[in-house]
Parts: sequence; C-alpha cells; structure tokens
Amino acid sequence: MTERAFARPTPRSVLLHAVIIAGAAVMFFPFLWTVVTSLTPGAGLSFTPSLIPTDPSLEAYARLFQERPFARIVLNSLGLAVVTTLVQLFTSATAAYAFSRLPFRGRGVVFAIYLATMMIPLQVLIVPLFVELKALGLINTYLGALLPTFASAFGIFLLRQAVNQVPRELDEAATLDGAGHFRIFASIILPNIRPALATLTVFAFMGSWNSFLWPLVVLRKPELQTLPVALAGLQGQYTTAWDVVMAGSVVSILPMLALYLFAQRYVVQGVASSGLK
Amino acid sequence: MSVSTLQTSLVDRAATPPRPAPVRRRGRVRYALVVLAFLLPSALPLAAFVLGPMVAAAWVSLTEWNLIRPAEFVGLANYGKLLSDPKTGEIFLHTLFYIAGYLPLVYVGGLALALALNARLRGRAFWRGVYFLPVVTSWIAVALIWRWLLNPASGVVNTVLGWVGIDGPGWWTDPAWAMPSVILASVWKDLGFVMVILLAGLQAINPELLDAARVDGAGWWRRLWSVVLPLLSPSTFFVVVISLINGFQVFDQVYAMTGGGPGGASQVVVQQIYDLTFRYGRAGEASALSWILFAVILGITVVQIIGQRRWVTYD
Repeated sequence: MTERAFARPTPRSVLLHAVIIAGAAVMFFPFLWTVVTSLTPGAGLSFTPSLIPTDPSLEAYARLFQERPFARIVLNSLGLAVVTTLVQLFTSATAAYAFSRLPFRGRGVVFAIYLATMMIPLQVLIVPLFVELKALGLINTYLGALLPTFASAFGIFLLRQAVNQVPRELDEAATLDGAGHFRIFASIILPNIRPALATLTVFAFMGSWNSFLWPLVVLRKPELQTLPVALAGLQGQYTTAWDVVMAGSVVSILPMLALYLFAQRYVVQGVASSGLK
Repeated sequence: MSVSTLQTSLVDRAATPPRPAPVRRRGRVRYALVVLAFLLPSALPLAAFVLGPMVAAAWVSLTEWNLIRPAEFVGLANYGKLLSDPKTGEIFLHTLFYIAGYLPLVYVGGLALALALNARLRGRAFWRGVYFLPVVTSWIAVALIWRWLLNPASGVVNTVLGWVGIDGPGWWTDPAWAMPSVILASVWKDLGFVMVILLAGLQAINPELLDAARVDGAGWWRRLWSVVLPLLSPSTFFVVVISLINGFQVFDQVYAMTGGGPGGASQVVVQQIYDLTFRYGRAGEASALSWILFAVILGITVVQIIGQRRWVTYD
C-alpha cells in the first residue's frame, strides 16, 4: 500500500511535499547565509553579501584564528565537553543502578530530590555557586567550570529507565554464579543499556558544548573561554565584522553537526522519549 | 521532563517491592557500603553544587552584599525593594511577552510540521533532520546568526523586504521590535524540538480511531480537533510545561541578540539577575530575584500539574 502511494502522486501529496520542501528551505537558509557571509570578506560593513560569493575567501577564518586565541578556545570547549560527558556517563550509570537495583530505606525520597534538582534553574544558583568556587580558588580554572556539571538528574533518569528494562533474571543468574553488584553492573547492566548511554553521550556533549552562562561566569580569562562565550565576545570586538562573527559561528556549529549526523537516531529518540509519559 | 518523571517515579516505586533486607550485621554494613559506592558519585556533586548553593542563595537573598565586603543581614528588605520597584514588573512583563509570542508560534508550527511529516512521505528522516538542525546549534550562534539576518542596514531580511517595496523595521535596534526579533530566532531554534515530541505523540495514536472517525464522516479538521488533539494532549502538556519553564529562564539569546536593550526594552528576569550580580554588585538583590523567579516557575508548574486533569487525557 505504501509502495503504491509513492508510485502514484496525488495532488495532495504533491502539495504536501512542496510545503515541506519550502519549509525546509526556509529553515535551512540561515545556515546557508552564515556560510556565505563567512566567505565574503568585509560583509556587513556596508553591503549585503550575494548568495553566491563573487570572490570567496577564507580571510575571515584566518582573522578569527590569528587575532584571538581561537584554536585554544575550540580546544577548551572540546576538552570540557569530553570530560563532562565521560563523568556524567559514570555518575549517571552508577546512580541509575542504585535506583533500579539496590533497594534501601528512603530511596523514593532520595530519587524525588534528585529529580527536583532538574527544576532548579541555574540562575538561582549562580551567585552562591560563584562564591563557593571562588572560596575553593577555582575561578578561572577548568575544574571550576567542570565541577557543577558532574551530575545530571536528566542523565540519571534516562539511564534508570533503561536499567529498569534489563530483565532481572540476568542479574539473578549472575548472582548464582557468584557475581557481586560491581560485576553485575559492569558486565550485565552496562552492555545492555548501550543505546541509552549513546543518547546520554550526545546530550551531555551537546549540553556542555553549547552551555553559556556558567562558563561566562567562571572562565573570565580570554584564553580559558569556551566557544559560545568567545562568540558572544566577538560581537563587541568587531561590531560590524559579520564575516568574522559568522566564521566563528560556523566553527562552533560544525562539530555539533558532525556529532548530530553521526548519532541522529539517538538524539531524536532521546527527545521523543523524554516527551512520552 | 520533571513532571512526567515524577509521576513515573511514584508508579515505579510501587511496582518494585524492596527485597528482604540482608539479616547478618556484617552483610548489612557491606550492603550499605555498596549502596554508597553507587550513589556517592552523583550525590556529592548534586549536594555540593545544586542543593547547597540553593540553600545558600536563600541566605544571600536576606543580605546586602557586593561580593567583596562582608555580607550584611537585612532581612526581607531585598524582597521588599524588588516588589516595590516598577522595574521588576517591567522585566517580568518582558519575559511574559516573550512567552506569549514564543509558545503559540512554536506549538502551532511544530504541530503543523509533525502532522506533515507523519504522513507518507519520501525521505521523511531527511526532512526531519533538516528541521531539527537548529536544535543542536548553540543559543549564542543562533542569536548571532539572527542578529545578522535581521541587521537593519545590510541584513538579508530587510534586503528581501526592500525588493517587494517594504521598508523593513529596525529589528533589534528598535525598542518595539527587539523582543519580536528574539522570539523569531527562538521559534526557529525550537521548532524541530517541538516537532519531534509531537511526532512521537502522533505515532502513538491508534490509527483505528482515526479510521473510525473517517467512516463516521468526520473531515480532516474535525478529526484533528476531536480525535488527534485530545489524544495528543499528554505531549502538548509536556511541551507547554517545558516551554514555560524555559521561557521564564530565557537568557542566552537575549544576552547575545539585544543585551536587554535598546534602552532596557527587552530586559528579562535572568538578564537582570546577571546584571545585578556582575555589573552592579548587588548580589543580595540578585539572589532575592532568583528566588522570586524560582517560586514563580514552581508555582506555575504545580498549577499546571493540578490543572492537567481538566484537559490532558492519558488513554
């Protein structure tokens, strides 16, 4: 039936396709325009670039990396995102195991508190967090930027759902073979929740890569900045050098784009499942 | 997320009866250590960097403090000051204006996309991917891209409007257009997110119900209104709850697009918290405003959870 529907286009399906393609073109245009602008030296100073650059050049990218420690900034973002992701995978998986497989008194309350932390906006915490990290001497350090990202209630919830779906018979069989909780966690649970781990990997990486407010507050030296913070700063420095600003945007978008294309299935699954009850 | 997850947690707790506790004392200590080993890696950061600061913020909100000199206890003075300051009403109004513009647009747009992409379609995954692309882009990049698209002088939007004889507005340079500019960029970014959530909801609808409605002679609009939307209400509920929570916390895109300007025309609550702390050194007031914001978000979320019984149908 599906085959036939594809083979014989009805006026309605043609219209539907037309609308979807037009909409996608509108959605995609800002990205295209970003790339075009970044290849048009001097764009925005006094003129609108043309859609097909007459004299494309990588000058804006060269300026970006020469006039600012931009290579360092990209590395900062990359390093922070990788460490955040690895740590979140560890803390989320262990907590998920405890909440799914280790009954103890008050577990429901503890889990509710964990979940409640998802509702606390970072903005509420920004002042005391800043003071706390200052007291620890961690302002302008990578560790200071990292510490508050080490545990994620969202990640814990996501993985706990996955651990709950691993049949308990597997644990029991392993227990009979003399395996303890650490063995069961490492050799039974983790291999069985790989798709959820992949989803969390993408989300943790994306969250760190795109995060703005906390890095803005805690990493105040130019050479420690992350991409979003440096991007926001470009604006002040080159008020009208849109080619440079757009080059910076391209640099910040490309790695996420690559990760997204590579793991699209997991991203979409993660969003979709968070919306289902 | 939080709403549905809280519900699940309650259901789940009932579903897994605790195992009988180990009897021997040594075994019990051992077991407690195992539980701690699994729990502490997440409990420590959450306690140290979320719950602790949360309590501390409440204390800071009762003091006058510029982050340098020792804090001075002033009781509820900061709250009184904020509540009597017309500026506070203004920034909440701006935030509400943002939500009022953003939520209907992103919901209707996301629903239209979800309905279109739920139909039989060639290359569905590809189109879904294109619409989802802005979701993985950072708010800062999005804000900058739109600041450039909406540049009053040489931006492409006003250039194209000029071709058809329309004199485009000043967008983010015009107090009246600054917030609409932010809304436009935000809708573009989040459309794909809403689409994916609603698409998952649509795909969970039993097609037999739609067939039955069709047999009964219900037209497309009628089926949408009387069958699809009611069955989609849990997904809609989720979108509304999340959008309101995020809407009250709007910051990144405002910071990068307008900086709250021009002349404070698009100043929102979080931007004000940031400015109070790091520009004016009024950390006590900033913390009080943070707590007011948190109370508003919590209140609205709770009202929605209570109110959902009236319009959300779970099967």
